[in-house]
Amino acid sequence: MTDAKNKGAALLNNPFAFALLSIVVGVLVGAIILVVAGYNPFRAYGEILAGIFSGPRNIATAIVRSTPIVLTGLSVTFAFRTGLFNIGAEGQFLIGGLTAALLGFSVSLPPILHIPFVMIAAAMAGAAWGGLAGYLKARFGVHEVIATIMLNWIAFYLNNFIVSLPSVQRPESEASYKILDSARIDILGAWKMSDVGLAWRRENAGSFFAELLRAEINWGIVVSVLVVVLIWFILNKTTLGYELRAVGFNRDAAEYGGINVNRSMVISMAIAGAIAALSGGLQVMGRTQEITKLAVMEGNGFDGIAVALIGNTTAYGNIFAGLLFGGLVHGGGRLQARMGAPSEIIDIVIGTIIFFIAIPNLIRVIIKARERAKAKKEVTDVA
Amino acid sequence: MTDSVPRIEMRNITKTFGPTVANDTISLSVRPQEIHALLGENGAGKTTLMNVLYGLYPADSGEVLLDGAPVSIREPADAIANGIGMVHQHFKLVEPFSIAQNIVLGSEITGPFGILKEREASEAVGELSHRYGLDVDPDALIQDVSVGTQQRVEILKALYRNADVLILDEPTAVLTPQEIEELIAIMRGLVEQGKTIIIITHKLREIKAVSDRCTIIRRGRVIDTVEVGSTSQQELASMMVGREVNLTVEKEPAQPQEVTLRISDLHVNNSRELPAVRGLSLDVRAGEILGIAEVDGNGQSQLVEALVGVRHVESGTIEMKGSAITNLTPKQIFDRRISSIPEDRQRRGLVLEYTVAENMVLGTHDDEPFARRGILQQEVIGEHAGELIEKFDVRPPEPSYLAGSLSGGNQQKVIIAREVSHDPEILIASQPTRGLDVGAIEYVHRSLVDQRDRGKAVLLVSLDLDEVMNVSDRIAVIFEGRIVGVFASGEVDEHQLGLLMAGGSLD
Repeated sequence: MTDAKNKGAALLNNPFAFALLSIVVGVLVGAIILVVAGYNPFRAYGEILAGIFSGPRNIATAIVRSTPIVLTGLSVTFAFRTGLFNIGAEGQFLIGGLTAALLGFSVSLPPILHIPFVMIAAAMAGAAWGGLAGYLKARFGVHEVIATIMLNWIAFYLNNFIVSLPSVQRPESEASYKILDSARIDILGAWKMSDVGLAWRRENAGSFFAELLRAEINWGIVVSVLVVVLIWFILNKTTLGYELRAVGFNRDAAEYGGINVNRSMVISMAIAGAIAALSGGLQVMGRTQEITKLAVMEGNGFDGIAVALIGNTTAYGNIFAGLLFGGLVHGGGRLQARMGAPSEIIDIVIGTIIFFIAIPNLIRVIIKARERAKAKKEVTDVA
Repeated sequence: MTDSVPRIEMRNITKTFGPTVANDTISLSVRPQEIHALLGENGAGKTTLMNVLYGLYPADSGEVLLDGAPVSIREPADAIANGIGMVHQHFKLVEPFSIAQNIVLGSEITGPFGILKEREASEAVGELSHRYGLDVDPDALIQDVSVGTQQRVEILKALYRNADVLILDEPTAVLTPQEIEELIAIMRGLVEQGKTIIIITHKLREIKAVSDRCTIIRRGRVIDTVEVGSTSQQELASMMVGREVNLTVEKEPAQPQEVTLRISDLHVNNSRELPAVRGLSLDVRAGEILGIAEVDGNGQSQLVEALVGVRHVESGTIEMKGSAITNLTPKQIFDRRISSIPEDRQRRGLVLEYTVAENMVLGTHDDEPFARRGILQQEVIGEHAGELIEKFDVRPPEPSYLAGSLSGGNQQKVIIAREVSHDPEILIASQPTRGLDVGAIEYVHRSLVDQRDRGKAVLLVSLDLDEVMNVSDRIAVIFEGRIVGVFASGEVDEHQLGLLMAGGSLD
């Protein structure tokens, strides 16, 4: 019994093993749903895995899909670590994309300046957008959840409004002008669509690089990982991080310790906003090259909440959680193509897997209950 | 049932948490209609033992007998079925529900189709409260009643479930002196009506006042079970701590010097924007401990908050050595070497999720050498913590432990270590010993006196009149936000102070 107990406790204390167990449970429940819906779960999961891992193109696409949610997840994580709930990553993402698009096509600079300029500007715009929610909380006591949800809608309609301006909207489209090549961070993106590039790709069709180029590969993931490292450093190694986390854990103690709590909340939301907006900016610079009129919210920010939870709200956790999430979404697409499964079923299965990972408390409760049952049996045996 | 058969007997109970042995072959025997006290320091294992009895934790080994017959208590439902009820230190009540609703919760009185019979519940609770003399209004909402009343509701909850044996975990920790008196009367009444009570506490005076016998537990083992009537407080304290302890504070006469802190005609509002401190004036000198005696809610909290800069001063001035510090930020005040031991150590004194080392630099975290260019210097912070831990005897001596994992007394040591290490000119101590056991209290008092002897000013605010009278050199009585009298220690007795604290006069 002691062994079983120690095993249970060890599992609870090992976040990696724990996450793995959660994934397994999620996959099993997802399999049940597939069976009920009339699909062979082995084949379905096989297709999803193949969709992620078969060939450089799929792997690269899964990573590309993950890029925005790694950062929106990081944004939610950062706010969460400092005691704030950032529901506004969605809007901050849009503001970042909007800023990047506008400065991407209207400003002319050499790439070495244009790229950092657009990135920084997008982050700054997001900092202002997120910081506004922090200021509303600090100054007027408006809860950040309410403020950020409303700011999401404002960002959404601001995006659509600006795209429809004559000086922004590309004629005959529902999108903005494309950003200049000098602001693009996709890898060989212009070349691969040029005559020379297309010719090379035809000649080398099927080769590793030709396959890789079929994905929308860009530098976004590299920037994202660097930002994750930077945020981890800020949170854990700097006095700023110390203060922000102290406020998150215990406002009163922080205040008694001489920390300016209101200032901390504004800074925290500003940084969270900057991260999410950078994500939006990278998306435009690396993939879309434009912004479009939206009919519904795209969900990059909301997915970030799930990613943050899966990653156990640690900075590094977002990388793995984002890759998992992005991979499932991309691999799930293949399920539809190959097995004719409706996208709703795929979403339900993916949702189920995410659900079980994102609610570790449920798994914890199950483990603890089993331990209790065993321990009780032991006591009875002794008595 | 004869008196020779114990109402409750626990035999050789052992309970471990990982490597920690919380209960080590503990045996306990409680007679029928007895008030039996469990005495021990924080972390001694008293609450664990009672949680085993109540079915919250399974014991690793050992057995429980009720009226001489072995029983198996696997979960609280079994305990309740066997007539055992427990009132936890932290109440488990639904705030927006009425008293009656809380009491019947889980065993509601219902009609057909499960429709609640609220009126009958209310009447049943009213009847119950009459029978046992626990006066409550069944229809009042929990959120509107005092802490003392909430505790009565918890006791009624147990009685409603036909509890015959009541376990009270630190029942007086949250009560005012007057409420404690009432609780003691209630406990006596219950025993007269045939109930048996086990009370967990570390307050010697209450044990003497209420209990028949007392079992002392130290570090998970039973030290002894004694008749309370024939054992002195001093003996109880020594058994609890394991060494001789001083229940009185030994100190030389104070040598007060110049005025360090001068408060003039201070006005401060409370959180509801109502005046709490109303024209308070007070001087504190270097080299003295000034104690403030009061009944809770007379403005002492707001006074302290204003002094440390977390509450706005409406009018009046606070001066330190002649220069005004009114309405400065907490950081500015802190930087002028005014330190405080806050009244709620877990809420205001510590970040429980931070390590001991991190807590020990709270407030100085961005000063050299703990930080350089905004980067925390973890090594320096760790060494600093190591030194303070040794000097202030924090246990366990691990800088990397989370503050939340320490006992209350050790948490308080961390705060005192941090605050005293700033070498403050003024130390403000609010309720510095609340919830601490005898050994820790002795330590805290010693630290305050040391600070005084080094020529610093100490302002002590406490609801514990004994503490104020024992530790202070001068005593100021506060009533309705004003000082109504300042006396040298020994000049007035407890009775006179009590009169002033209640708004009376000595004439």
